[in-house]
Amino acid sequence: MLRAFPSLIIAAIALPGILLHSALAEAADPLPRHLHETGLFADAGTTIDARNLPFAPQYPLWSDGARKRRWIHLPPGSAIDASRPDAWEFPVGTRLWKEFSLGRPIETRFIERLADGTWRFAAYVWNEAGTEATLAPREGMSLSVPMAPQGRYSIPASDDCRACHEGAAVPVLGFSALQLSSDRDPLAPHTEAHTGISVADFVRRGLIRNAPAALIDDPPRIAATSPVERAALGYLHGNCAHCHNDSGAPAPVDLVLAQSAGDPASTQRVLHSMIGGAVRFRGHGLGNDATLIAVGNPQSSVLIARMRSRNPNTQMPPIGTQAADIEALALIERWIAEKSLSTPSPSQETKP
Amino acid sequence: MNRSRSITLIVLAIAASASDTASAEEKAADTLARGKYLVTVAGCNDCHTPWKVGPAGPEPDMSRMLSGHPESIAISAPATAVGQWIAAANTTNTAHSGPWGVSFTANLTPDAETGLGKWTQSTFTQTIRTGRHMGRGRKILPPMPIPMYRNFTDEDLAAMFTYLQSIPAIKNRVPEPLSPAVASAAATSE
Repeated sequence: MLRAFPSLIIAAIALPGILLHSALAEAADPLPRHLHETGLFADAGTTIDARNLPFAPQYPLWSDGARKRRWIHLPPGSAIDASRPDAWEFPVGTRLWKEFSLGRPIETRFIERLADGTWRFAAYVWNEAGTEATLAPREGMSLSVPMAPQGRYSIPASDDCRACHEGAAVPVLGFSALQLSSDRDPLAPHTEAHTGISVADFVRRGLIRNAPAALIDDPPRIAATSPVERAALGYLHGNCAHCHNDSGAPAPVDLVLAQSAGDPASTQRVLHSMIGGAVRFRGHGLGNDATLIAVGNPQSSVLIARMRSRNPNTQMPPIGTQAADIEALALIERWIAEKSLSTPSPSQETKP
Repeated sequence: MNRSRSITLIVLAIAASASDTASAEEKAADTLARGKYLVTVAGCNDCHTPWKVGPAGPEPDMSRMLSGHPESIAISAPATAVGQWIAAANTTNTAHSGPWGVSFTANLTPDAETGLGKWTQSTFTQTIRTGRHMGRGRKILPPMPIPMYRNFTDEDLAAMFTYLQSIPAIKNRVPEPLSPAVASAAATSE
């Protein structure tokens, strides 16, 4: 008797998509049509304006192997208020760019803080010659890119930008005390060349103000019991903490993976939430009593199963990646395999 | 004179305060009623309340109002599509099988562990706006009409969430969806 319902349901969900895109387009903020209009370049070509400062987080987000470059611009005379170590306040007019390359530049993402304090997000798609990048549709798009997984590259929808960036204490994810610490993690996966611009550099230039002296004198690092644990927790911070945190507007999940630059005890909170916490995930042959971390047994850990999965319903992260991060999986597996329940509490002992 | 004037001002202030309180209560009641109305006419019960067969045929079992797919009903394989049909619903109309795999309707009651008890207004609004679980996770699957519902206003969604937080909490852990690949494998093995 109920078999009549599905056809009606399918008809109901098929049509509205057209209306949706039209309605969203009308509501869109006017964004520059081309990347060069955002102020990234110094000239009509692609030379970066010297006022836009490059930076590189020590725990970069996995983006299916894309090479990335990043820049920040602060309006003249303005500065970042760093009085809250994990929630820097960026001045109105702050702009950040992130360029993604797979053999050639594919896209450059752009975020900007507006006069009313809100942020706007956009993606610009490069032409094959690498001479110009054009604003992508709000609903995102799929490109043919030979070096991308299965030859397809996804430009995120603006809602997807917000899904990640608006879950943390501040929407700027890779520019923070921990990410820019000069005490770089040598085991961090996909670590990028340090640009030489650290928190201390920004402070010297007057671009960061009110930073607690302790963070300058003693650059933050994750308080782990071993170098492997430090890198593993750092990876999870950089790739997962924008949703798995207990500040900002987080998803209502119990798992917290965010490290605090101003509180070394945050590592203990992270470990507590990872080990022994309830898991609602079922599947991948792990059984109904599987735990997020099966200490000493990575292959029985839900964390590994979800990081390895690229099933859209189960993969982690759920957005922005189509290929599992093999290097990171090896690191996290090693950490779980080496970890024991008797592991002493994290401390700063590993700091040289 | 001055004393009389002061008393008058105090009386007016108390009256205004009482008026504000009454106004706030009326507004809260209006919001709740508006939310109930929207949840009702938007058809949330059609899929999120398990169906039972009554004297007049299938009808929502309101003793399990908006508690989603019953965890006691295990489904491990998709429906077999025949002819021009591409989707099917189970007997409680809480599990839906189609090209997306098998989806199970969510528990919308305020149970903290299995429903929306830990959600905030922002979580709810972002979920409908983005079409992603909790506003950040996996995509919400058909037949949830996200393309339509995302056009609700912020005020509408706030009212709906207010109402959903007011209904009886029911503990019911809804299973995760079956992906097409998993569903196909299960069907083949049966």
